[in-house]
Amino acid sequence: MTRRTIKVGYLSRVEGEGALKVVVRDGVVRSAELSIFEPPRFFEAFLRGRSFSEAPDITSRICGICPIAYQMSAVNAMEDALGVTVAGPLRDLRRLLYCGEWIESHALHIYMLHAPDFLGYAGAIDMAREHGDLVRRGLGLKKAGNEILSLVGGREIHPINVKVGGFYRVPQRRDLDPLAEQLKHARDSALETVRWVAGFDFPDRERDYIFVSLRHPSDYPLNEGRIVSSRGLDIAPAQYDEHFEETHVARSTALQARLKDGSSYLVGPLARYSLNFDRLSPLAQEAARAAGLDPVCRNPYRSIVVRAVEVLYACDEALRIIENYQAPDLPAIDVEPRAAIGFGATEAPRGLLYHRYRLEADGSIAEARIVPPTSQNQASIEEDLAGFVGGFLELSDEALRDRCEQTVRNYDPCISCATHFLRLEVDRG
Amino acid sequence: MGAKGRKPRLAVWKFASCDGCQLTLLDCEDELLAIAGAVDIAYFPEATRGKIEGHYDISLVEGSITTSHDAARIHEVRRRSTTLVTIGACATTGGIQALRNFADVKEYTSVVYARPDYISTLADSTPIADHVAVDFELRGCPISKYQLMETISAFLAGRRPVTPPHSVCMECKIKGNVCVMVAHGTPCLGPVTHAGCHAVCPSYNRGCYGCYGPMETPNPTSLTHRMKALGMGQKEVQRVYRTFNADAPVFRKESERHDP
Repeated sequence: MTRRTIKVGYLSRVEGEGALKVVVRDGVVRSAELSIFEPPRFFEAFLRGRSFSEAPDITSRICGICPIAYQMSAVNAMEDALGVTVAGPLRDLRRLLYCGEWIESHALHIYMLHAPDFLGYAGAIDMAREHGDLVRRGLGLKKAGNEILSLVGGREIHPINVKVGGFYRVPQRRDLDPLAEQLKHARDSALETVRWVAGFDFPDRERDYIFVSLRHPSDYPLNEGRIVSSRGLDIAPAQYDEHFEETHVARSTALQARLKDGSSYLVGPLARYSLNFDRLSPLAQEAARAAGLDPVCRNPYRSIVVRAVEVLYACDEALRIIENYQAPDLPAIDVEPRAAIGFGATEAPRGLLYHRYRLEADGSIAEARIVPPTSQNQASIEEDLAGFVGGFLELSDEALRDRCEQTVRNYDPCISCATHFLRLEVDRG
Repeated sequence: MGAKGRKPRLAVWKFASCDGCQLTLLDCEDELLAIAGAVDIAYFPEATRGKIEGHYDISLVEGSITTSHDAARIHEVRRRSTTLVTIGACATTGGIQALRNFADVKEYTSVVYARPDYISTLADSTPIADHVAVDFELRGCPISKYQLMETISAFLAGRRPVTPPHSVCMECKIKGNVCVMVAHGTPCLGPVTHAGCHAVCPSYNRGCYGCYGPMETPNPTSLTHRMKALGMGQKEVQRVYRTFNADAPVFRKESERHDP
């Protein structure tokens, strides 16, 4: 038997802590395991006894990279439980805020975390020594997203303005004008970003994924919709637990979600795009086609192009919302506590984020359940590694390790969220 | 300053946390490349796989200690760092995950995980200063990017960072905010909370929820009295002190006065 061992003790350019082990015997990949050793923080336990109104502020602390996703799934679930619907300009403002998070989070991943893999740098700061203008463009794009978060949300990380029923304070139309000017520049940068990443060298690898994402009657999904799959699933968020389940594997502090028949599935940009291409704005569709993307994309290495298309869409959508915005009379609608169960599912930058709460009559939380995107993608990441590494075994140990890390980074895994991620070890035994 | 005329080496370390405070460094979009010009970002796994082994001139530490492995690792970080700065509420007071310190962690584990036997964790979430000497603490959940840049600038200039320990009330006065508690009767932790956020919550018509933790010499008992007069009950008062800095001694003591 031939034996090669490769180790990555701590996977870099992912958010959180994890490790990877790939076992190769006689040129065949026997297994690929992802370990998450991010320490558990027990959110679902200490949410019990807290008020329904605290859920958006508390759950945002699960992830500093995508706090809006947590706030939005939390408020949607609470509003579902309390029997109210947030509509009109309040709904539009939430969508605007979510666009801000997508722009910020995707720009961070494209420019700072993922592009260095394709261009052969350790990170964006090394990349900046030779490609200063590119990195500055990425930072500018990221900043435009953060400006939305800051203006509508109050601050970039753990925004403070989201509440069950709406917001604490809403901006006036004129407050948004300077943002619109910035977003027009950002949209141009986003278009350049799509063209730039489309020119990268992508490994020719595809898998027949089960894509899962939200789908909405008219909009590209962010904040609402039914949960659909590429195999015909079409359910309300309230039915999530009937079709998906989480299991606990010994190597992880993260739970792994699968479909009840045991199959893995994929959430995130690739799934969203492939299930909702028809919902993208004409500008985003045109840019995707020009970048060589078909309406369905099964090559995970091209996820960087899909993310860039989504950034373009988010800039376009944010501008559309601002143009049509008229400030509402009140910043929030009234909510009254009651004993009920509520469900919330939204599209975090990394994919579907599901929350369920059971409330007591006084509005305190009796039970909380949160399924983040990286738990849902964990099985799929392992299958990508098992499926693709075999084709890369001719690479040197170092190049193979880099390729494995890149394969994981395709998912922009957020390990802080999933605790409930990476050292790489390739055992070619 | 770095030894022998080289640029000082900066490292960023993560313990139990949400990654938000280290993201603050990447959120300094206009200043990041200048910072990278002034210091060698020698270890920052969230941002780069490049790393320089050895000794670091300044270490930024995010997160709290919640596992025995991390309790040992922080000593290694201390040994390899000339200046150690904790960034954020988790590293400085134990963070939101310190809510376990008021509960039974075994019960918590059984609620969240199907196989509690796969989970190894400590009973308490503790701040870095409980384990090793800390040279400077930055407050906030999350930290302020202005305070982070002040801290790095001060380190480069060889002076102590200026992060005023007064209350959020002072920031409201500087901004010209109308007091949400006096004018609207909205309960607000501003009078006992450390400044640094530019009074973001009152500026958005909500009460401060204390994410920067206690100011210097706060008087929470007096504030509690006022919040009760505004209609808050025993349980609500306990909850407002038990959030992102629940185990900061002053907040812990005040919340324990309201045990049912």
